[in-house]
Amino acid sequence: MSATALSCRECGSEYPLEAHFVCSKCFGPLEVKYAAHPSAGDPEAIKRRIQAGPRDIWRYADFLPVDRVPALAPSGPGGSAGLEGLPAGSTPLVRADRLAERLGLREVWVKNDAANPTHSFKDRVVAVAAARAKELGFTTLACASTGNLANAVAAAGAALGMPVYVFIPADLEEQKILATGIYGANVVTVRGNYDDVNRLCTEVAGERPDWAFVNVNMRPYYAEGSKTLAYEIAEQLGWQTPDRIVAPIASGSLFTKIGKGFQEWIDLGLLADGSTVPVMSGAQATGCNPVAAAFQAGQDVCRPVKPDTIAKSLAIGNPADGPYAIELARQTEGTITDVTDDEIKDGIRLLAETTGIFTETAGGVTTATLKKLADAGAIGGDERVVIVITGEGLKTLDAVRGTFECNEIDPSFSQFESNVETRTEVTV
Amino acid sequence: MAAVTIKIPTQLRDATGGEGTIKLEATTVGTALEALFTAHPELRSSLTDDNGDLRRFVNVYLDGEDIRYGEGVSTPVADRQELQILPAVAGGC
Repeated sequence: MSATALSCRECGSEYPLEAHFVCSKCFGPLEVKYAAHPSAGDPEAIKRRIQAGPRDIWRYADFLPVDRVPALAPSGPGGSAGLEGLPAGSTPLVRADRLAERLGLREVWVKNDAANPTHSFKDRVVAVAAARAKELGFTTLACASTGNLANAVAAAGAALGMPVYVFIPADLEEQKILATGIYGANVVTVRGNYDDVNRLCTEVAGERPDWAFVNVNMRPYYAEGSKTLAYEIAEQLGWQTPDRIVAPIASGSLFTKIGKGFQEWIDLGLLADGSTVPVMSGAQATGCNPVAAAFQAGQDVCRPVKPDTIAKSLAIGNPADGPYAIELARQTEGTITDVTDDEIKDGIRLLAETTGIFTETAGGVTTATLKKLADAGAIGGDERVVIVITGEGLKTLDAVRGTFECNEIDPSFSQFESNVETRTEVTV
Repeated sequence: MAAVTIKIPTQLRDATGGEGTIKLEATTVGTALEALFTAHPELRSSLTDDNGDLRRFVNVYLDGEDIRYGEGVSTPVADRQELQILPAVAGGC
């Protein structure tokens, strides 16, 4: 299924597979177009080829827009790392029975993408964008980021030996800034919100054509990396689709590419007979809900908002792929819901205490949305639901500060007995 | 009339003969764009749809502020303000 061109999603105009991201005729976004898979018509052969691949996203290289799979050196059981990037993907899909029970649902699975090299799903998209950037001869990586992408690009640049420039809002969580600068990246903190950063980077990308901005001029390649989440979920479920996906929406890119990934495999006959794209439930924070608001109002166009939420990794007030996310939710009879900052904190806690997975605020948005849908009776009693946890809780510690108490005592057994054990509920 | 500057994105500079900034006079964002289209007719179809509305992937900023936070194309412009046209792209997830 080799890539053949970049194609405008709006008017269909085609462009060569270079660092283009916008149609010069209608300004629409460009997307990668592929030739038919060489083994189309023989699903079992395609599956065997996938299963013989490495345990990272490159097992799906036939579905990604690179000419050559990066050479990754072996690094222990089942992994690969080193020479040409970090081993993204192959993250756990965990059955979460206690979470399901708490919410009155039959079957819930957690796709834990915090288990990527820099602890978010962004390693997937960066791996693809960086590989293509190298093929196109770029020597510098850059990005506009709400934090997780900055971490992933900085680490990828370090692994590849490429200089990196990351542009982030100056008020980003400290953990995300620290986990970027440590890789030696040039960290540019912009006084403004993410949409201001993004606007600046779109301009810089135009003026610095020798830089590969992974989510600007490399965006068509970058976005394709998110399809690997769908591939992995389907493969981990035994070549089946779940009934429903709950995933966060910021720009809408991840959400729509998950749908695209499932559809590609359905079209190739790789999934169980009768498989359909799952019901797609999008999750936003109430403090930045342009896609949810448009969906709920029955509109196709998202009116930009000024973000005000603790879920900073989802704080995109002007979502480029919002219209496509709305379209996908409607096509699959899905939903796009928003949750408050308090619900987000409760969602982080709920996921942590029922699954042992500590997620960042975006995962809190996703878990809180699952709860909201369950409480409203919107999820069928026989559904198999997968929630996509995109990032790691240690990156947004402020969100959980003050949500529980510790028991401080002197080093004496009597104090332990009187102050801790005698409590009916230990709240550590 | 106010004297404003319009910044043209690199993707559209073929239509302006390579010019990255265009200076013109206008009263609103809409009249500024109309003056731009008069000077560079090819830009009209790139930026507007059949109804004459801005295409949904076109973002226009007035001194850094998305015009959709204001009155859209009816937003008044003042002397020395800068309009910037950019394609909608975004990171995040």
